[in-house]
This record gives sequence, C-alpha cells and structure tokens, in this order.
Amino acid sequence: MIFIELFYTFFLIGLFGFGGGYGMLSMIQGEVVNNHHWLTTQEFTDVIAISQMTPGPIGVNAATFAGYRAVVNAGYSPMMGSLGSALATFAEVLPQFLLMIIIMKVLMKYWHHPVKNMIFSALRPTIVGLIAAATLLLMTPENFGSPMVTPWQFWVSVFLFASTFIGTFYFKINPIRMICMCGIAGFLLYY
Amino acid sequence: MSIYAEGFKTCFKIGLFTLGGGYAMIPIMQHEIVEKHKWLSEEDFIDIISLSQALPGIFAVNMSIYVGHKLKGLLGAILFALGMILPSFTIILLIALCFHNYSQWHWLEAIFKGIRPAVVALIAVPCVKMWKTANIKLTTIWVPVLTAVLIWLVGISPVWIIVAVVAGTFLYGFVSKLDDEKEDKL
Repeated sequence: MIFIELFYTFFLIGLFGFGGGYGMLSMIQGEVVNNHHWLTTQEFTDVIAISQMTPGPIGVNAATFAGYRAVVNAGYSPMMGSLGSALATFAEVLPQFLLMIIIMKVLMKYWHHPVKNMIFSALRPTIVGLIAAATLLLMTPENFGSPMVTPWQFWVSVFLFASTFIGTFYFKINPIRMICMCGIAGFLLYY
Repeated sequence: MSIYAEGFKTCFKIGLFTLGGGYAMIPIMQHEIVEKHKWLSEEDFIDIISLSQALPGIFAVNMSIYVGHKLKGLLGAILFALGMILPSFTIILLIALCFHNYSQWHWLEAIFKGIRPAVVALIAVPCVKMWKTANIKLTTIWVPVLTAVLIWLVGISPVWIIVAVVAGTFLYGFVSKLDDEKEDKL
C-alpha cells in the first residue's frame, strides 16, 4: 500500500534527518530515488532546482513533491496525489514535532550531558560525508550527459557546474541568480 | 488579534518570503520573532538555533514549534508549525499539479538541462563549507570519506548510517564513562 509506505518512509526521513536542508536532501534521495524509485535522478534534481527558486524549507518542498509523484506514478488520480503530498509532509514533520515537545517538557535537564555533546560532534563529519554522497550520486549521465554519447551536453554541463561552484563559493553570487543564468544558458544552447 | 492568529500569520509570512531555506531564514525569523513581536529574547533565540540544529527535521519548523509551544502550549505549536509549512506546501503542490509531463515541453526541458549541473554545484558548495565548520582533521577524515563511499558506491541508505553513528557514539560514551568511574575508585 503506497500510502503506508509513504508515511513510514517520510517518518524515517524526519526522524533521522540531521544536518538541515542539504543533509536531509541526501536522506530523501537515498529513500525516494535509490530505495523506492518514486522519482528518477533527473526528477529529483528538478525538485531541488524548484525548491531553490520557491520559498520555504527544502525539506517541506521535497516531501510535498515526492509524495505527489509517488502516488500519481502508482496509478492514482492527481486528487489522491495531493493527499499523498499532505501525508508525506505530515509524516516528515511529525517526529520533530514530538521530539521538540518531549525535549521541552522532560529532556531539557539532560541537554548539557557530555554524551549528547559527543554524539553531535560525531554527527558533524558524518553529515559532510552525507552531502558529499548526495553530490556524487547526482553526477549521472541523466544530469550531465555522457562524454561519449552526448559530448556537447557533457562539456556544457561541466562548464555550468564549474561556473556555479566558483560563482557561488568565491564570488558569493546569489544561488537563485545563478540558477536563472544557467537556465538561460540551457535555453540558448539546447533549444 | 489573538496570539494564535498573530503567530500563524507571522510564521506564514516567514515561510512565504524566505528563499533558500534553512540558514537563509535565520535573519528574517530573528527580525519577526525577537525584534518585532518580542516572543523570545536574543539569548533564547541563539539557544534555540543550537537546539533546532541538534534535533532532526526541518530547522524553521523546529523553531516555530518551540515558539508556539512556549507561548501557547500544544495548540500554539501546531498552529505556528502549520503556518510555517503551508506556503511552500501549497506552492509546490500547485507546481506538481501543473508541471505534468514537462519533458515533452522542449523549451522547458532545455532550461532544466542547463539548471541541473548548477544544482549539483550548489550542493557541493555547502559540503566544502561544512568541511571547515565540522573541524575535520587527519584523524577524523575517514568519517566523511567512509560515509560518502558507503552511500555512493555500496548503496547503503543514509538513515542507517545516522542510526549507526548515534548508537555507536552513545555506547562508546557510556562505556568510557564506566571506565572513568572504575579509575576513580582505584
């Protein structure tokens, strides 16, 4: 049953989604793309692009989109798809809601416990690995083209990747502006 | 206006007008929650940032749950969180409903073909930035490398890696603490 699977999957993502937006993206990618095949790598990359350009937290955007597509791809109507969106988003937020309430009521006194600090200092380098894996998993022929089959797309992609990296990292160009410029480049070069 | 409506409205506004998610939302939340409505003190706000970061889930939602719960208990937490989620939920749902089979629209597909490599670069940048803040040294460099390889090449879900790290560190912390106590007795 797709709805139960959706709920369970996004509950897990919400429960173990440490490290903010990007850390969570790698979690969503692992479950939604690699494990359940609800979205292709290409569609997943598009969701991230749309998330960058629309307001709000990326985690909510990804859950809403993936929930819709998972249900529609399983053969249900767009109406049921909207329900899937709501369910995925609800399931993703539920664990943090419960944890926050519990912590505010009970666990506050253990907050400065050394074991807690140890866990979070161990998690930090892990999150870096998580995001690195997400980047590597997105470097596919679907997203970049292949040097043998579609060399034109491949080298254009490498150029756009490098300019975005350098532009946002060294020159602090706004990511949304960068996405728009690459979109215009894509339109001019491919259409 | 009741504080419920006020909180819902404020969170809705934050959710509607912040692009980029996560840390990009901090200055706007600070302005609305601390400076304008004075629902939290400056110190509380900073404490809550570290608490929200330490907890799993969406940062901005954790923030709204905390403020809502502090002001008005459970119902406040629900309403504030709902206000934060609703704008992006609605926008993305509309996009999902309209953008069906867009791979047949050649001009749009061309645009996305240009955007996809840029998106991958945008994810690589925070990874490099976090490399510095996570304080990775020669002795700990194996942690991110092993994590990336396990997910990328072996195909393990990130969920289980997080579970393993939390459980492993918890056990290690527990055992090393027992050792300390033994040494204290000797």
